[in-house]
Amino acid sequence: MDLTYSEKYRALQGEVRAFIARHGHLSPQPGGGRQKPSPKALDWQRLLLEHGLFARNIPKEYGGFGLPLDVLELAIIAEEIGKADAYPGILNQGISMLVPTLLEVGTKEQCTRWIAPTIRGEVIWCQGYSEPGSGSDLAAARTSAVVEDGQFVINGQKIWTSSAHYSDMMFLLCRTEPDKPKHQGLSYLLVPMTAPGIEVRPLVTMTGRATFNETFFTNVRVPVDQIVMGRGDGWHVANVTLKYERLLLGDANRLSTRLTRIRELMERTSLDGQRIMDIPEYRNRLLRLQGEVMAAKYHGLRLLTEQARAEDSGLERLIVKYHGTLLGYRLSSLAVDVLGAAGLAYDAGDEAAETDEATAWHIDNMYDIGLMIGGGSTNIQKNIIGERGLGLPREPKAVASLTRT
Amino acid sequence: MEFGLSEEQKQLEASLRGFLTDRLPMQRRRAIAAAGKGHDRELWAGLVAQGIAGLSVPERHGGAGLGILDAAVAAESLGYHATPAPFAASLVMAPLAFVASGTEAQQQEWLPKIAAGEARIAVGFASPIGQTGAAKATLDGQRLSGRVQSVLDGGGATHVLIYLADGRPALVALDAEGVRATLVPGLDRTRPLLDVTFEGAQATVLSAANDPIAARTRVLDAGRVMLAADTLGAAQAMLDQAVAYAKERVQFGRVIGSFQGVKHTLADLATMLEPCRALIWFAAHAQDALPDEARLAALQAKAHLDDVGREVARLATEVHGGMGFTDLAGLHYWFKRIDSNRQLLGTPERCRHEAAIVQGWVSG
Repeated sequence: MDLTYSEKYRALQGEVRAFIARHGHLSPQPGGGRQKPSPKALDWQRLLLEHGLFARNIPKEYGGFGLPLDVLELAIIAEEIGKADAYPGILNQGISMLVPTLLEVGTKEQCTRWIAPTIRGEVIWCQGYSEPGSGSDLAAARTSAVVEDGQFVINGQKIWTSSAHYSDMMFLLCRTEPDKPKHQGLSYLLVPMTAPGIEVRPLVTMTGRATFNETFFTNVRVPVDQIVMGRGDGWHVANVTLKYERLLLGDANRLSTRLTRIRELMERTSLDGQRIMDIPEYRNRLLRLQGEVMAAKYHGLRLLTEQARAEDSGLERLIVKYHGTLLGYRLSSLAVDVLGAAGLAYDAGDEAAETDEATAWHIDNMYDIGLMIGGGSTNIQKNIIGERGLGLPREPKAVASLTRT
Repeated sequence: MEFGLSEEQKQLEASLRGFLTDRLPMQRRRAIAAAGKGHDRELWAGLVAQGIAGLSVPERHGGAGLGILDAAVAAESLGYHATPAPFAASLVMAPLAFVASGTEAQQQEWLPKIAAGEARIAVGFASPIGQTGAAKATLDGQRLSGRVQSVLDGGGATHVLIYLADGRPALVALDAEGVRATLVPGLDRTRPLLDVTFEGAQATVLSAANDPIAARTRVLDAGRVMLAADTLGAAQAMLDQAVAYAKERVQFGRVIGSFQGVKHTLADLATMLEPCRALIWFAAHAQDALPDEARLAALQAKAHLDDVGREVARLATEVHGGMGFTDLAGLHYWFKRIDSNRQLLGTPERCRHEAAIVQGWVSG
């Protein structure tokens, strides 16, 4: 156990600090992510890329910095940028999910064509996975693509396509081999959102905001080479992508920041004239959550070390999404309770959502439920933890005559 | 930066686990618990040969001079096997107390005996550290009088170390005149507590610490981390047993682990418990190397493991169905151990209250 950084890492720490001292004033505000990146964000992104503070481990030929993966370096960069409250760079589904997927299973041509513009923030992607009839049972997707004249012709509907309304491209899971068993009949296509026949309709969530969409496909045509791996490999590719999404959703740094904000809130909020922090019942809730956030934080460091040592993390990694999203929800629930009756004024409009503290906490609290559902719901996570982590047997298949695919 | 156990620590764990798997099958644990002494000569000799007695004793006094993290690794293994032997107090708190508060001569006299497994020193508190029951002892010259309950590691103890209200520890031989020590047949039969009454008993006071209260706090926090690590091991053992049972028990023509009601319960327990390991490592490491974070980490680790331990203990028992409720299955040894750890050296409520004070969230 050694929580200090060696010379090499302290040097990087100094480098990042120097970068921020010199360029920090150019950083856009952290947060956002509901619109296309602003010109300011794109410029900042370029600076980060030039200095190896973003896409550090992506090969140079694809627009990255080309260094070998060193998770501690990434942790230091994130820590320093976070401390300076600067913008860590554009984080979207294309960058965090599609790019690692292409690097793992894409062709050289696909990597060359898509990775550089994606990490520069010039091409925005959305994810076309879930359908009204296939959520947790993702492999039951029915959106179809048939080959006609050297093109896939796509028909069907996707749902929960966040950011589809301003995306340039979609990575789409669809059925190309209807005669094969369900997991072997899927393909993973890259579809331009400008293609004729695509219609995006906003989907208003329980928060009152339209962060999601429904996307409809009517005879949408894409060239047959816009496929990742081969026909029938879609399930494999989709799982590569999901692995990256689940790690994204259980971030412990976010939980620590949230805990600090709630502590401050409790110190400055009064209940019947008494500081809420002085009321033992509220304080005890905060203290309980602090213990859990500490566990999550050090668990994250443990995973980081295991990754650096190239050890297999198994169960430790499988629990992260469920653990982190549930804890996030319990934290925002405490914040909502501290705000109390005075926090019930609610305005889901864009400006209030960014600036009004009570609205923002209520939105977070509801959005946290969305996070528990999205990216593999809590119940699915428990199946995965039980089956892959603890080695428990799968549920027997339902009797064939009762199932329909 | 390395957040994890070293090769040596992994080896210590593997060796201790191997020894206990081999030497402490259920019928041995049951027999030692039934004898009610909390001490078994043969098991103890084996543990001493494993090196646990000298773990926290400095090298110059005949020990291995290892840190709190190493001790936590050992405590977790001992908890995993619900080991009927003293550890947290006798082999971690007591040697730390001598190092923190003893004179050089006192260290030279006692630490080698601890490392050799000859002096087994139970530890109790006559000061407000978060316990119910009698906790009063006063010193008149070198004579100690009063009564202290819930003295840890009573099994096979030769001496008792009582922390006085001013933060100084006083060492008393259990066979000295004016000492009446009762080994309490308690909930946890693997580690009985002592109830000790002193009537002018001859005591050796350890007065060398510059700040006796701070020295006592370090020993107390180390003890809290040990109990939390013991709970981590015990809870992991219960979860492992529940998972194994769910894979073999058949009802309705299926193994019960294939039912989501059972599978999800076990997944919940694993999700709760797994991050606790990193919390224990951090809390133990903080005692060794991070003085600014040591107090909060010890208090939160104790409180959190007490709560997670209780939940794991309940649900792992439930997964076993009726068998879990029997004496025969033996799960209760771990259940009781987890509950005892919770009540000792400060309950979660008490530890969190102190954590709020330590952080300046409220005034003491």
